[in-house]
Order: sequence, then C-alpha cells, then structure tokens
Amino acid sequence: MTMLLAVRDLRVSFPGATGPVYPVDRVSFELARGETVALVGESGSGKSLTGMALLNLVPAPGEVAPGSSVSLEGTEILKLRGEPLRRIRGARIGMVFQDPLASLNPVISVGDQIRETIQAHLPLGRREARTRAEALLAEVGLAGTPEGYQRYPHQLSGGMRQRVMLAIALAAEPDLLIADEPTSALDVTVQAQILTLLEGLRRARGLTVLLITHDLGIVAGRTDRVLVMYAGRIVEAAPTAELFAHPAHPYTAGLLGSLPRLRGPRQPLRPIPGQVPSPGDWPAGCRFHPRCAKSFAPCREEPPIVEVAGGHHMRCWLGKSGDSA
Amino acid sequence: MIRWLAGRLLQTLATYALAVTLLFIMMRLTPGDPLAGLSDERPLPAEARELLRRRYRLDQPVLTQYADFLAGALRGDLGVSIAQHGRPVTALIRERLPATLLLGTTALAAMFGIGIAVGVLQATRAGSVTDRVLGILSLTAYATPSFWLGLVLTWALAIEWHWFPVAFMHAPLLDPDAGWWVRLTDLLWHLVLPVTTLTLVSFGAVARYQRAAMLEALGLGAIRTARTKGLRDRSILWHHAWRNSVGPMLALFGLWLPLVVAGSVFVESVYAWPGLGTLAAESIGSRDYPVIMGVAILVSAVVIGGNLLADLLHGWLDPRLRPSQ
Ligand SMILES: Nc1ncnc2c1ncn2[C@@H]1O[C@H](COP(=O)(O)OP(=O)(O)OP(=O)(O)O)[C@@H](O)[C@H]1O
Ligand SMILES: [Mg+2]
Repeated sequence: MTMLLAVRDLRVSFPGATGPVYPVDRVSFELARGETVALVGESGSGKSLTGMALLNLVPAPGEVAPGSSVSLEGTEILKLRGEPLRRIRGARIGMVFQDPLASLNPVISVGDQIRETIQAHLPLGRREARTRAEALLAEVGLAGTPEGYQRYPHQLSGGMRQRVMLAIALAAEPDLLIADEPTSALDVTVQAQILTLLEGLRRARGLTVLLITHDLGIVAGRTDRVLVMYAGRIVEAAPTAELFAHPAHPYTAGLLGSLPRLRGPRQPLRPIPGQVPSPGDWPAGCRFHPRCAKSFAPCREEPPIVEVAGGHHMRCWLGKSGDSA
Repeated sequence: MIRWLAGRLLQTLATYALAVTLLFIMMRLTPGDPLAGLSDERPLPAEARELLRRRYRLDQPVLTQYADFLAGALRGDLGVSIAQHGRPVTALIRERLPATLLLGTTALAAMFGIGIAVGVLQATRAGSVTDRVLGILSLTAYATPSFWLGLVLTWALAIEWHWFPVAFMHAPLLDPDAGWWVRLTDLLWHLVLPVTTLTLVSFGAVARYQRAAMLEALGLGAIRTARTKGLRDRSILWHHAWRNSVGPMLALFGLWLPLVVAGSVFVESVYAWPGLGTLAAESIGSRDYPVIMGVAILVSAVVIGGNLLADLLHGWLDPRLRPSQ
C-alpha cells in the first residue's frame, strides 16, 4: 500500500498560565491510501486538535509547534500558506464535524454550500457546478432536485444535515476524509445510517478515512486500524481486530471494559475512574498512571514504545516487564 | 407568505396611524401660540387675532382640526403655513426636500460604507493595534458634536485653505446658464463638507455594531467549515461571515434611514444647507402647526417604513426568519 499521509512529532501548543501547554504532544502516525483508521480516546485527549492540525487549521491562540510535520504525499502541509494551502483544504483533505447544524451556514442554501466548494477547486462554471452539486445531494441520499438544492440547514433533520456535510466534504474529490465524531450528535438509528453511507462513499471513491471518535463501539468492523489517544499522545496502535482481541495498554483495556457488550455473558460496565487531566496538569512519566490500576514504580518515568505484535505498538512499561496482554 | 406580508403591512399602517394621531395630540398639548410670532412681539389687536384664528381654523375644536387635517392629508393637501403667511405646506416641503434627500442619502451611504469597512477590518484584527486605534478614532468621532465639527471643518478647509465652499448648496454667483457639468461639480463641491461632517460623527456607531456582529459571526462553526473546504478568504469573510452579521446592521440601518428625510438640523444650520431639518426646527420654534405636521408625517412614515424595510431585508437575507410555507 502506498503512503498518503505521514504525521511526525505533531505538537499543538496553547499559551497557558505558566508557559505553553501541549494538548497534542508529539503525535506520529501514518495513513496508507484507502485505509480507514480510527482515532479514539476520551473527551479532551486531543483528537479534534490533531484532526484540525492535519489541515493546518488549529484555532488561535493555539498553534502547531516547530518541529511538527504533516506530509501529504511529500507535501509538507504545515509549511504551506495562502493559495497552496487553500488548494489542499477541501481538494485533498475534506472534513466533517460533530454538530452539523452549527457547521453549516444557516443563511446559504445547502446546494450552494456544496456548489461553492466545487467551484473553489474545480474549473467549472456555475451551472455545471450546480449540476454536480445536485448529483452529490442524490449520492448522499437527499433529493437532488432543485427544491432539495434550495433547502436551508434549519429545514433538515440532524441526519440529513450530516449527509449535506458529507457532500460538502467530498465535493472537490479529496483523497482523505477526516470525520470528527460524525455521529456523536445523532440518534442511534440515524448514526448507523450515516456510518453505512460513509462506508459506501469510501468504497465508491477509494477514500482514505480518519474516523475520530470516543466510541469504540462504532470502530469494530468498520475500520482497518485503531489509534488510541490519551492526554495528547497516541498510547496504542493496532489493527482493529487485534486491538479488540488483545488490548495491550491498560487505557485501551479500560475503554473496552466500559463498552456495553451485545454478545457473551452480561458483565457490569466498568468505566475508567477519573477523567483526562487538562493539558497543564499532565503527570510526569506515563500520563495515564494516576488512573491506572496496574501502575507501578517505573510508571513515573517516560514509558518506552514497545511492539506487542506485528503492527501492534503501545507506549507502556508493562510491555517491558513481560506482564502484558 | 402573501398572508404574512399583508399582515405585516397592516400592522405597519396601524402603527403609522397611531403615531400620526399621537403626534397631533402632543403638538397641541405643548404650550405656545402660532400667532404670537406674526406681529414681531407686539400684541395683535383682538379683531385681527380673531380673523387669523378663523382663517387658520384655530377656532375649531381640536378634534375637528384633526379630522380636517386627516381629510386633507388623504387628498394630498397638508394645509398652509401660518408663519409663512399661507404658503402651502406641500410646496414648502417640495422646495426643501431635494436638498435633504441629497445630503441624507449621500451621508447614509458613506457612513454605512465606511462603518462596515472599519468594523469588519477591526473584527478580523481583533485585539491588534489597528483594532484599538480604529476603535478609539471612531468613538472619538462619534462623541464629537456635529455643529462643532462642522465649524472646525469650515474654518480649516473652507476659510483658511479655501478647499471647499463655506456654505450653501450652490455658488451664489454661478451663471444660471452654465452647463450641467459645471452645475453638477458645483453642487458636489458644496456637498463635501456637510456630508463629511455627518459621516464622521455617525460612522462610529456603525463600526462598533459591525465589529461586534462580525466577531460573533467569525466564531461560528460555519466559518470553520468554510475554511476546511478551502474557500477563498474573500468569500469566507463576506459571503460566509458578513452575511451572518447583517441582522444588527439592518436594524441600525432602519433606525438611521430617517436621516434621508429628516436631515440634521445642526449640520444644515452650520452650512446653511436649505433642507427640511432647518424647516422643521423653524416651524417648531414658531408653532407653525401645519408645517410641523407636514414634516412629522413624512419623517414618521420613513421611520416606520425603515423598520419594515429592515425586517423584510433581514427575512430575505436570513431564511430562518422567513415564515414557513
Ligand atoms: N481553543 C482552545 N484553547 C485552549 N485549550 C484548548 C482549546 N481547544 C482545545 N484545547 C485543549 O485541548 C484539549 C484537547 O482538545 P480536543 O478538542 O482536541 O479534544 P478531543 O479529544 O477532541 O475531545 P472531545 O471528545 O471533547 O471532542 C482540550 O481538553 C483543551 O484543554
Ligand atoms: Mg473533539
């Protein structure tokens, strides 16, 4: 498989009371063309900021720290400015967000919000772009009629709005789609419909997808690999089936343990006690150790990255002592 | 839609009728005598007084006078001026209106043009030195009394440096047979100082509202989406952000629209601009009831019409405010 995106030592800094804090701290991963990768972790672990950084769109006053690298087939996105950067956004990498109502423009018809994206990147006239926008509306399961085109976000249901967001994100035929909690704001039944639609679009277009979610439940069976993020760092990375079968990092095990099971014997849910500390308050050493049931003396030191199995890595002292998985 | 429009129109007419009635009553409740100024401070002989009272129908009960006024107004007859010895009010207004319309429209366009540009610029650079300097400048200009600024500008630019004429709408010695081009440039020349004065003392309000509204709009999720889909900066700023900030701007525009017919008494006096503002001030001073009412029904029509126009425009620009079909 050919590499599409390589992220190296990505750091996002925000000014804090006592110097900068790093909600995303030296994150590295790669996305192969056509792959679907999940980025999971609790709220506040830095998933959204990582996604925004891939488009060089970290909200002020945050910024990407020097030394970070996001390379899209050799193009260093974090070094781009102006027109070349604009040509990446939407055209090479598309993005959808959690809250489709807040993400759509309330005063522009949904069709026009798709059409302008097409025209921002493709040399098409208004009429041709409009025809394409109508086709996209139909492709995401909405009426591709002039009436459907003319509707405004407030006239649509939550699921329909997220369909529009998908049409916008794919309007300029990007290679990579970043979906940041695309279903978290939706009803469960609608969630499944959107995920199915996403899967269909991915297949039809050969998309690479980075699915950001806090819900491991939607990851199984839908993704090739999983990156588990905690407190600004990726703590475990593995093929999806391997991760579910043999979670190595105690944090991953904790996330899986807090998941309701549909099959097998009923077990009480065991949520991880406590919550993600805020970026200024991260403990030294392993950032998870104050919440970890298995923590021991070495955890106060920076944990090593160990290969648990082929393609399965984690950042934990347990791997070293042989007392893992 | 039609029903909603009809309802809105009916409501506007009712408001207007109420406003006109209140204006009439309030005018007659304020002390003062329209005949007092006719004889240069000397008391009128009783029989002359009676004659005049009968001539101007001041001897009738107030209710009858009101009915007469209404009946006349509906026929387009606003009665005759008392202070100006029987000249028809409509003729007086027709004579003064063009000067005010010209000054008011130009100043309104300039104040909104400059105010919007300054406010948008401030919002895009919020917190910067540019933002703060512009904020102080526009607030200072807004706090400056118009007659004072008018006098200063006249002194500096007209009397000392002779860049612009001191007063009036036309050069008094202009050849009446001069070509249209000469007359037009002469008019524009005379227009510069009054428009500058009015614009300077009022654009600050527009800039302040625009800055706040634009800051809010720039924080919308829709703007984040517009960036992620790779739109051009200009489109993000005006098409996406600005259009979401027009609500307060339209309300403000509706409030300022009466400037077009009411003019500014101060600015008109400083520049001896032959407009409606000075006519209104004079007629109030001399209790010239018919002229007061004539100007008042015109101005209140624009006040109420401006409000309606702002609402309709807002509904047109923001689909969420449109009545659902
Ligand atoms: N604008 C900001 N200013 C300051 N800190 C911020 C800002 N945005 C994010 N952060 C910090 O970065 C951390 C990670 O934020 P991020 O939005 O990436 O988390 P997330 O993993 O996407 O969580 P969620 O599931 O809540 O979306 C937050 O906990 C917050 O402390
Ligand atoms: Mg998030």
